[in-house]
Amino acid sequence: MKGRIHSIESMGLVDGPGIRTVVFLQGCKLRCLYCHNPDTWLMGGGDQVEASDLIKKIKRYRPYFNKSGGGVTFSGGEPLLQPEFLLESLKACKELDIHTALDTAGYGFGDYEEILAHTDLVLFDIKHEDPKQYLFIAGQKEDRSKKFLEAVQQAGTKMWIRHVVVPGITDGEEHILQLARKIKTLKNVEKVELLPYHTMGENKYEVMNMKYKLEGVEQMDRARCQELSALLLKELGEDFMEKTETGSQHTTIHRIG
Amino acid sequence: MNTHWHGFVPGNWQEEIDVRDFIQKNYTLYEGDASFLQGPTENTKKVWEASSELIVEEIKKGVLGVDQENIAGINNFKPGYIIKESESIVGLQTDEPLKRIINPYGGFRMVEQSLEAYDLTASDSIMKEFPKYRKTHNEGVFHAYNKEMRAARSTGLITGLPDAYGRGRIIGDYRRVALYGIDRLILEKKKDLENLTGPMLDDLIRQREEVNEQIKALQEMKKMAASYGYDISNPAKDAKEAVQFLYFGYLAAVKESNGAAMSLGRTSTFLDCYIERDLKLGLIDESFAQEIIDQFVIKLRLVRHLRTPEYDDLFAGDPTWVTEAIGGVSLDGKPLVTKSSFRFMHTLINLGTAPEPNMTVLWSQDLPENFKNFCADMSIQTDSIQYENDDLMRPLYGDDYAIACCVSAMTLGKQMQFFGARCNLGKSLLYALNGGVDEKSGKKVIDGLAPITDAVLDYDKVVENFDRVLEYVAELYVNTMNVIHYMHDKYAYEAGQMALHDTEVGRLMAFGVAGLSVAADSLSAMKYAKVTAKRNEEGITTDFDIEGDFPKFGNDDDRVDDLAVKIVEKFSSELKRHKTYREAKHTLSVLTITSNVVYGKKTGATPDGRKAGEPFAPGANPMHGRDLEGALASLNSVAKIPYCSTCEDGVSNTFSIVPDALGKTGDERILNLASVLDGYFSQDAHHLNVNVFNRAKLEDAMAHPEKYPTLTIRVSGYAVNFNRLSKEQQMEVISRTFHDVM
Repeated sequence: MKGRIHSIESMGLVDGPGIRTVVFLQGCKLRCLYCHNPDTWLMGGGDQVEASDLIKKIKRYRPYFNKSGGGVTFSGGEPLLQPEFLLESLKACKELDIHTALDTAGYGFGDYEEILAHTDLVLFDIKHEDPKQYLFIAGQKEDRSKKFLEAVQQAGTKMWIRHVVVPGITDGEEHILQLARKIKTLKNVEKVELLPYHTMGENKYEVMNMKYKLEGVEQMDRARCQELSALLLKELGEDFMEKTETGSQHTTIHRIG
Repeated sequence: MNTHWHGFVPGNWQEEIDVRDFIQKNYTLYEGDASFLQGPTENTKKVWEASSELIVEEIKKGVLGVDQENIAGINNFKPGYIIKESESIVGLQTDEPLKRIINPYGGFRMVEQSLEAYDLTASDSIMKEFPKYRKTHNEGVFHAYNKEMRAARSTGLITGLPDAYGRGRIIGDYRRVALYGIDRLILEKKKDLENLTGPMLDDLIRQREEVNEQIKALQEMKKMAASYGYDISNPAKDAKEAVQFLYFGYLAAVKESNGAAMSLGRTSTFLDCYIERDLKLGLIDESFAQEIIDQFVIKLRLVRHLRTPEYDDLFAGDPTWVTEAIGGVSLDGKPLVTKSSFRFMHTLINLGTAPEPNMTVLWSQDLPENFKNFCADMSIQTDSIQYENDDLMRPLYGDDYAIACCVSAMTLGKQMQFFGARCNLGKSLLYALNGGVDEKSGKKVIDGLAPITDAVLDYDKVVENFDRVLEYVAELYVNTMNVIHYMHDKYAYEAGQMALHDTEVGRLMAFGVAGLSVAADSLSAMKYAKVTAKRNEEGITTDFDIEGDFPKFGNDDDRVDDLAVKIVEKFSSELKRHKTYREAKHTLSVLTITSNVVYGKKTGATPDGRKAGEPFAPGANPMHGRDLEGALASLNSVAKIPYCSTCEDGVSNTFSIVPDALGKTGDERILNLASVLDGYFSQDAHHLNVNVFNRAKLEDAMAHPEKYPTLTIRVSGYAVNFNRLSKEQQMEVISRTFHDVM
């Protein structure tokens, strides 16, 4: 069957482990303030691609996956909004023994059990732990996202938690502590990443003649973001360790063992 | 037994000249990590500080000086030093560092133009008497060139012909000097001479003369080394001597010849045999082992040739291609990685980055993981390393080959190369449209080819004409190269380098193409979109209207990638139909070095949408910004260009990625880059230059060159100091695709 695809990045190295081919599916119902891919929002946009053709492409990148522990990441847009196409693609990947990851905010149309049965890793984006703030950031209620999260917990799929830190919105210490408490209630979390907000997506809005809601908000200070990571780590407790490197722009927190 | 060889495992290498056998029997594989490496010693620091001051001054001025009294030759110059008491490895081309040699044998005009360009002079005995008494390679070539050759040369259909300067791409097996000493090498050559018998005709006469030239050159090497206080008649007795003797062999080459590429070979694992022996005996420590390698590399960084500004347009940044091949795997599967493979690359840390020597890692899936990660780490830190596929080359060249220039493999001491030039594929395609008339000059270059007069270009018709053009060019190109190398052997024979080869040597004749992605995309546009030709009053196609989209090379799309493959297959097979001088084997490269800028400048608009005068992509790279599906798609397209039996002189690809896109942490970046290399080369790809940096850094370096005196980047097959590129070349590098985070 056919799905709508915005684009393919044959080599993504920051969306999951190892070298990954990232498939950006078209269409998203969320309207996150800081979204840097507004061109993936429109449900009817993108190119129509046959799942088998997509798999043919992905197969070509297998030589790069093995050693690095990489694979394919379905991102978007919101990949869960095309459940049948996603499922067919995931199944085909697993038949080829390709590692699969899902980069999602959890706003989907169901079929989660089956989808997760063919997903090795979920990169789960927590917009905010507070429902009101969630609505403010994402433009939708968090109910659907919660449902998906429950399904992930049920299925026992491994998770990397990601959270975007925006100055004045999600950079409060109390909020970070709350976030940590929420993460602690979740099973199978392997990694937590705080992603500092950047303004690189802004010019897309200009090109598309759309208003950028965070106009004037500065990029998140990386040093401050690292401090918040430390705070998060402290609250997460001894199960987690921090992995920071000088010169690196990100802080990643890994679960030990 | 020779006492100099004490402690080495004996073998055939003692019976005959067989350096490979020596290495195989005596090297110590190292599978550990880089933690053993040491920083520079005080001596090294002193010598390098003095040298780098001179280098910075030279970058400002262009050329620091020229020897006005003597011309090229192995022993024509007094010994020179930087800081004599601190130099553990000695020897300079002339009596002062960075003072260049006048080498008039290739062509006298080149000498005059170079001197004029840098406001230098030379003595009357050189400037007046040399041309009076001695004919040059350049004169010889032009006495034999015909009308067609001159036409193809002047329009730039074939560009970069080594008909006015040294051809280069010959690698003496400099290790022989260290392992055997000069006396043994002379003895062997004399034996060979005795066996050169038969009817005295061209080949035999020439060969006998050459071997005697080689013997003379070996004797000169001895004298040159003696002027530095070294006796190289016998084998080197320890590690320091091994490095020093080997370097004298190389130094002789760069005193005698000014070839475009004067590569070093594959020396690190050979030298490691000596270093390990001395370390085991407790004669030296790790710090000293690193010192002799560091100081050797300092010397290699100071090699210079006198060039014209026009030459620098083609090959920017004053490159000498002191290419050193590192790593690789033995025929029996054991990696050829030693601690000295690490030491050699570690000079980039101890001395800072620099374009020379041209560090070339022979990549194999079977290299030790620690070494792979070390290489990736060095690439990320220094942007100074290129990678070539050992698994692809080993079956063709064995396990003791090296790389000349950028990508040209040859078995050490057993093969040499007749190098030359590139056919401009973009221009060839325009000749197919214009019936052999040059789109820039309006000159008729190819007779008997009907121009295409359709408004909308028909793919099949164009391909048919394009094939005719390639057939014509192939024949002309082979014949032109034959003339050049006949004359080069006659008037500018590299006796010193050839003395360090077997007497019966295999010859490769290396042809080249430029503009492969332009040609492939142009054909794709005609096949999959609608291309309308726009013609001037003379009927010459000068521009194109393109309606609709078409697949572009660099997106792993077979529809266009196959077109690129067909072009090189066609051209390669056409070349092979024509006989070569001295029965050399035809090879072909897809490599431009930095000449893609000049080729583009000389070529009109092409049907792929490239405007007149715009640069081509370098080497086999996709055109700038057209590889839209990311790095792996781009790599996969280039990996399809066949090396074996088609492009056996190399397929060059230059890859730039921003650090953030390579991973979040340092360890991740290293592992990911190593995985990219494994993945790319497992598909039989041949070559990859790796740059890890941001476009912003280059833009800043353009605006504030003083902030980046040693910024080194990989271009096409070599590394270059960014500040030595012309503005145009800098802009072209900046416009290349940088693989970024989406």
